[in-house]
Amino acid sequence: MSPLENYLLALADDALISSQRLGWWISRAPQLEEDVAMANIGLDQLGQARALLTLVGETTGQSEDELAYLRDERDFRNVCLVEREQSDFAVAMTRLLIFSTWQHELYGALTSSSHPTLAAIAAKAVKETAYHADHAAHWVLRLGDGTDESHRRMQAALEAEWPWRDELFDNTFLNEPDLNVAPHDAQLMVDGTAVDPATLREPVERRLGAVLDQATLGVPEPRVVFSKGRDGRHTEVMGYLLSEMQHLHRSHQGDTW
Amino acid sequence: MREFVTSAVTVVTVYGNDFTTPEQQAAPDSAAPRPADDEPASFRALLEADDRVEPRDEMPEAYRKTLIRQIAQHAHSEIIGMQPEGNWISRAPSLRRKAILMAKVQDEAGHGLYLYAAAETLGVDRADLLDQLHSGRQKYSSIFNYPTLTWADVGAIGWLVDGAAIVNQVPLCRCSYGPYARAMVRVCKEESFHQRQGFEILHTLSHGSDAQKAMAQDAVNRYWWPSLMMFGPPDDDSPNSAQSMAWGIKRFSNDDLRQRFIDMTVPQAEALGLTLPDDAIAWNEERGHYDFTPVDFTELFEVIRGNGPCNEQRLSHRVRAHEEGAWVREAAAAYADKQAARKQTESVA
Repeated sequence: MSPLENYLLALADDALISSQRLGWWISRAPQLEEDVAMANIGLDQLGQARALLTLVGETTGQSEDELAYLRDERDFRNVCLVEREQSDFAVAMTRLLIFSTWQHELYGALTSSSHPTLAAIAAKAVKETAYHADHAAHWVLRLGDGTDESHRRMQAALEAEWPWRDELFDNTFLNEPDLNVAPHDAQLMVDGTAVDPATLREPVERRLGAVLDQATLGVPEPRVVFSKGRDGRHTEVMGYLLSEMQHLHRSHQGDTW
Repeated sequence: MREFVTSAVTVVTVYGNDFTTPEQQAAPDSAAPRPADDEPASFRALLEADDRVEPRDEMPEAYRKTLIRQIAQHAHSEIIGMQPEGNWISRAPSLRRKAILMAKVQDEAGHGLYLYAAAETLGVDRADLLDQLHSGRQKYSSIFNYPTLTWADVGAIGWLVDGAAIVNQVPLCRCSYGPYARAMVRVCKEESFHQRQGFEILHTLSHGSDAQKAMAQDAVNRYWWPSLMMFGPPDDDSPNSAQSMAWGIKRFSNDDLRQRFIDMTVPQAEALGLTLPDDAIAWNEERGHYDFTPVDFTELFEVIRGNGPCNEQRLSHRVRAHEEGAWVREAAAAYADKQAARKQTESVA
């Protein structure tokens, strides 16, 4: 796997797995408008994943479905944040706020990627993720500054999810150990193809901090979690997520749908 | 669940079609206003001119109540209908199919929204209608009490169930009540896309591997009769139809719509290379229609009584989502109140 394929797969898998989790909410949202919104956001993310997987497939010779359905858990490159269980609406909105704010900054920067296809994908995604981040921010405000119960639940969700965001800024998966170069000197960064995830921390955290402040929520104390999804070391729930997602396709290998 | 259903006095609307179980017909709602007692002349004039009745127009109380019940039950059917197909979103066999299915189920939520909004023009609110769904006082289409056991069921629902819904609903685009008619124009456009995607799923399966073809045939076998039941009992056993037709809510009889659906579907089944589970289906030159075996409604009435495969599951899923979301809706309301108060303070200052 080339460094570019590895990078694109990371972004694709983030979107794919986040979409898979959001899809669960359709028919389970707190109100009908939110069923529509969560489906809409999930669809956008699925669209991003498909575009990126197709781009990966151009060089690996695999289809988007082969990449989505026939890779094993250790080959998925998404951050653990997006695979975690989320049957609580406060958790779902916390996750969406963090993830889509990060995606929005990322795709904003990638619009000037030297890779024309990636820049085009980013140009579409930046508009979508602006809406996703805004939608999540509005819910975080309502829940944080709503009732005592919603404030308590929102703060608890934040405490649980906040540490998992660190992996979004981790650039060590872009190391090229053979060449002994630091991540920010990796060829992908030097030639302007990719964006160094570490550079996204400052703008993302500033935006998140502003939302939390307005929502009367406290920024959680730093806490370290073991989050190595970029290296294919996922949490145990990932196996179940993939079993469900992949089983039908794998039961009829080679068939078209 | 069962007791709610057997004690219900309201007729059952199936996706824009009214009918009842036999015991419900024997026990009419004596409290309901009788037709025609209070029919304003302006209302009759609108109907006779085939104009639309709008929310500001005078209308008989029974007309208003019939519409509320029918539109609400149609809306409920859309949102309960999200479940059987939503059941396959996480497992869709390709990313393309997953995207189409997510968009489809999202459309159903959207249809629910337009229809609740149409009902609200008649002086009720969505929260009350949802309460009536959750407590079993209002119904949804019985077709959604069947399970989706395989991926092919998603295709069969699109092709047969949405196909039957379209046949029922296209005439509703000309229904006498303006807001309902306009909502249906939009709903029908999207439903026809849904039906095509269902057909396409089955076409791919029926031209695929032996296992895929068997999966498609099995789904059609299971969904065929319930789809025909969606049109309601034969006209002779459908006492509500006549009044609805006189009011311009219903334009064609149950039997006419069922025949139209069968005539449309038989050639499509041939194109799919799938058989319909009725050996009596044959073109009748004299009638200009396909003949078919009369539908046995015993099963439908059992499902309406609450004894279908998924009645309890569908309603409890819906109630659970509503209850688990209560704190979220309360928070949104509290936040909106705080914002309004802040604005007021600002404007006073």
